[in-house]
Amino acid sequence: MTEIFKFTSGALILLGAFLSLVSALGIIRLPDVYTRNHAASKSLTLGIMSLLLGTFIYVYIEHGYFNSRILLGIVFIFMTAPVAGHLISRAAYNTGVKVWGKNGEDDLEESRNREASHSSDEK
Amino acid sequence: MAFQLLLNVLLAFVWMFLEGEYTGSAFVIGYFLGLWIVFGFRRFFHSRFYLLRVFAAVNLIFIFIKEMILSNIAVLKVILKPRLDIKPGIFALETELEKDWEITILANLITLTPGTLVVDVSPDNKTLYIHAMDISDKEEAIRNIKGTFEKAIMEVSR
Repeated sequence: MTEIFKFTSGALILLGAFLSLVSALGIIRLPDVYTRNHAASKSLTLGIMSLLLGTFIYVYIEHGYFNSRILLGIVFIFMTAPVAGHLISRAAYNTGVKVWGKNGEDDLEESRNREASHSSDEK
Repeated sequence: MAFQLLLNVLLAFVWMFLEGEYTGSAFVIGYFLGLWIVFGFRRFFHSRFYLLRVFAAVNLIFIFIKEMILSNIAVLKVILKPRLDIKPGIFALETELEKDWEITILANLITLTPGTLVVDVSPDNKTLYIHAMDISDKEEAIRNIKGTFEKAIMEVSR
């Protein structure tokens, strides 16, 4: 039983390392802020989560020590990662970064333009 | 919801005093017995039996983990493919959710699933603007979000 859990935790840690590696690759490879943000804020979240989970299982099985701080770490990453990703992309959009690609579809730009014309009409 | 929970905790404490045992296990036993009483009296509360909401929340978490793993694989494929043939773009998603916290949770869930990222929310809280890695299957993404996340969140808040 212990062996199975050891292998599980090893597999989880390797998976987390792999996911982190791939998201690092993604940050280098992908073309613009938004797509890089995809790689950074999410594949990485799952990667870190599986790393922490693997560590948690290992410490619990091997040393019988229930480390609640690791679980707290998972919860906090879960809560803060999307907020950070959202804020970065929003800031990028507001400073005028265009969507990558020849004819990148952009519904937000249309609605912003509509609002701008509305407010200028009112003036 | 809050009232039922409070009543349940109160019943657990009553059980603890009746038993004369002030331990964690007595509290848990009292809580479960109190749960039965609250369940029996569920017709007399204004809101639904609160455990249903807890189940809905757990269900939401499971749906979310499943979606996250599936779409992580999708993003991995995009990154590791030798040729970049993605077509990013921003699309609008009309949401039926109304309360602030529901929209916050929906936006967080959408952002956490790879492939989609919330860029902005319209000032009237009706539309979410989502940046997608691959906009060619936009309809599919909209249907997916509407069908799973939004429904699950509604189930919790109902």
